[in-house]
Amino acid sequence: MSAVLFFIAAIGAIAGAIGVVMLRNPFYNVLALVCHLIALAALFLLLRAEFVAAGQVVVYAGAVMVLYIFVVAYIGGADEPMHRHGGALKVLGPVFGLALAVELCIAMLGTALKGISSKGAPYVFGFGTPKHIGTLFLTTYLFPFEMASLLLLVAAIGAVVLARRRRGLEGDEEETVISIQRPVFTGTMHESTGIRAGGGTVSEEEWERQHEPVGSQAAGRRDDRDGRAEGGW
Amino acid sequence: MAIGWYLTVSAIIFCIGAVGVLIRPNPLVILLCLELMLNAANLALVAFSRMWGGESGQIFALIVMVVAASEVTVGLGLIVAIYRRQLAVDVDELSELHG
Repeated sequence: MSAVLFFIAAIGAIAGAIGVVMLRNPFYNVLALVCHLIALAALFLLLRAEFVAAGQVVVYAGAVMVLYIFVVAYIGGADEPMHRHGGALKVLGPVFGLALAVELCIAMLGTALKGISSKGAPYVFGFGTPKHIGTLFLTTYLFPFEMASLLLLVAAIGAVVLARRRRGLEGDEEETVISIQRPVFTGTMHESTGIRAGGGTVSEEEWERQHEPVGSQAAGRRDDRDGRAEGGW
Repeated sequence: MAIGWYLTVSAIIFCIGAVGVLIRPNPLVILLCLELMLNAANLALVAFSRMWGGESGQIFALIVMVVAASEVTVGLGLIVAIYRRQLAVDVDELSELHG
């Protein structure tokens, strides 16, 4: 029974992996990875790692894959063209993969580990349950556990910083809070020297343009930007 | 089933992931292939944990899952930033650091 389950799960996992590499549409890639992860969780169950299997399904197949789907939907899941301008990597990649597989098989066949051909250590009741894992996490492996939480915090902040909408990148002029809030005909010293540089030689029209309320111009520009932002989404 | 079978499956999945990283131009798919490689390592860790009868390997696998989640978060943030700057989402085009 366990052999049958193993072969079903192993074939599912390998087929999912091949699907991730071979399929052209990013949506199908992500779906193939979900199949792969669920088959892998079945393999974990066969190895009596219940908690890891549950975490795999909940964290990976649930949360991380939803994140992937969101990003694929955001940047557009278009098919890749079938025939690209190849390059040497396209040919050498599979050769390298095959060589790596052969090397790993040789390493496994020539190993001195006796346990590899056995079915594993005798099963003790409670192996791999949340109780045992939690005890280990809070005693022997407390430091890695705390480091994991710190790492997740850093990653979350990093993702927010990386993916936020930056004004400097969208070609807008700098717009400070002061220029929106200050009353009419007041300004910074820098602006005052700019306006009075021409002295009396400024024409009537230009004088009017330079001395119009700053707020109105700023508001116009802001509307423009909002419109473009909506178009982008 | 003997532990060696699980290790064989793990090796095959790792190689498929490595080939995917090499031949696919889309950074999103490259991230997926990295997931494949990390999962192959996880499978080997859990298999060895079963072989020794200790749970340390499972702890290691859980920590690897945490690292993978962080990597995905930052990687997807980078991809969104690339897309926002209207660059091609293609590692063959993004070769400014190539020299």
